[in-house]
Amino acid sequence: MNINFKHEWIETNIGLLAVLTMLAISVGGLVEIAPLFFINKTIEKVDGVRPYTPLEQRGRDIYQREGCYLCHSQMIRPFRDEKLRYGHYSLAAESQYDHPFQWGSKRTGPDLARVGGKYSNEWQVQHLIAPRSMVPESVMPNFPWLKTTLLDTSDITDRMKALRKVGVPYSLTDAEYKANVDKFGETVAKQLHIPNAQLSLIAQANFGNYDGDRSNITEMDALVAYLQVLGTMVDFSKYKDDAFVNDR
Amino acid sequence: MSEQKLQSQTVQTTGHAWDGDLQEYNNPLPVWWVYTFYLTVIFAIVYWVIYPSWPFGKGWIGGLSNVTYVNSAGETRTHSWNTRALLMQDMNKAAVEQKPYFDKVAAMSYAQIAKDPDMNGFILSAGKALFSDNCAPCHQAGGQGVMGFFANLTDDDWLYGGSYDQIHASITNGRHGYMPTFSEVLAPGQIDQLANYVASLSGIGHDAAKAAAGDVLFHGEAAACYYCHGANAKGNTEIGSANLTDNIWLWANVPGADSAEGKVAAIRGVIASGLNRGVMPAWAGRLSPEQIKVLTVYVHELGGGQ
Repeated sequence: MNINFKHEWIETNIGLLAVLTMLAISVGGLVEIAPLFFINKTIEKVDGVRPYTPLEQRGRDIYQREGCYLCHSQMIRPFRDEKLRYGHYSLAAESQYDHPFQWGSKRTGPDLARVGGKYSNEWQVQHLIAPRSMVPESVMPNFPWLKTTLLDTSDITDRMKALRKVGVPYSLTDAEYKANVDKFGETVAKQLHIPNAQLSLIAQANFGNYDGDRSNITEMDALVAYLQVLGTMVDFSKYKDDAFVNDR
Repeated sequence: MSEQKLQSQTVQTTGHAWDGDLQEYNNPLPVWWVYTFYLTVIFAIVYWVIYPSWPFGKGWIGGLSNVTYVNSAGETRTHSWNTRALLMQDMNKAAVEQKPYFDKVAAMSYAQIAKDPDMNGFILSAGKALFSDNCAPCHQAGGQGVMGFFANLTDDDWLYGGSYDQIHASITNGRHGYMPTFSEVLAPGQIDQLANYVASLSGIGHDAAKAAAGDVLFHGEAAACYYCHGANAKGNTEIGSANLTDNIWLWANVPGADSAEGKVAAIRGVIASGLNRGVMPAWAGRLSPEQIKVLTVYVHELGGGQ
């Protein structure tokens, strides 16, 4: 038997070429992807991270609709200058319920991963309507319609059901709700319950009054509610400053 | 055919022949290219050995390179190379360099810091950086504030007080401005009288008769403005009520109005709608006590410190 390998065999056999090409690509893919299912340190074990409430989730949808991610990242890298300006570096755990995540790689504006609580609601509202009235050198576009456009709350259950399908623990059944109570506490679990979604959205918007106008619920309410929760879920004062070094 | 034979002497062909006479040149890669390729392979292997590389079980191979740092608990730790450990090391280095200054900040009183020329330079540079990152979005780069939104830090008027301790308290705990809505309690005419009275306190053109009536309302129980603003209308820094006598304005855009009527109307607007704004976030969680102290001195030195 003559096993004299010739590259010509592959070059002249389109079926063999296709199979071997796929094999070569699969090896590359498997080496990069497969370990993520086994490595147990990818997502840090940290308290406080929860899915977004219905109102925050609507705000996030508006954030994406308006293309905020084109200029703003949500990923504080572990560098000294970023730590000093933005705060603790972002953890993988903090975007575990983001679909899709908003890490980004382009910063025309500042990183927003920990913008929550840094400014008042009023600043956020005024800054979104007319950025240069607050920051003269800003190149951000004006988003005045957010304040005047009423928030469509009718489709919130559909939006949450879609996210549930990709793994966000919004609860639909009693069993799921109870699991959420154990995991996130009752107050949060109630807001993550899809049958209550529209009511809890309206309740949070009325209580928070994010846009400073109690007479209606606008897209501004939702977006500011979202911005104000960014990066605030984990209480880093509970962890040592090198608590997450071992996870990398 | 003869031409082809000539070329085949200098360049080899792959040996295939299609359609009888169609052949393919076989040009080998340049030697320098081949050896560069081998070098990159060797580089990759060395890289794998030094830095974290291959997944292994539930973790990965950490590599030979280590990073040593000191954490907040004072423990010295050595960890295989990663950017988070590297950040710890970088922060350690900066902390050592800044420690003499921050130790001094912690040990000295505000007045001592203000008088010390060395510390003044530090406050100016460190304070400016902190102010630009954290305060300037609202109070603006020079601390001049925004009329109707955020207080001017460079003038002589302080809602919550301009002493070191009061500024420190404002930064640490944040603030929230509040004034009741009077449009539901008072008639439009009464609000107009009050506005004229408030205008008169700052020497702005006003209707004397209305101002006199406003004076009564101000000090009476119906409006009870004196509760918060004081009988002398000079305000109360404990609760952040404004001094109404100094012609310095934040919520009513009096300087922006051209006419006396416009100025009174601006005041009327604030009385009618009240305030539930002027929120300043608490910085205690975001900034260290030393950073807040640096900012306190920096804000005090902006021009209005008392």
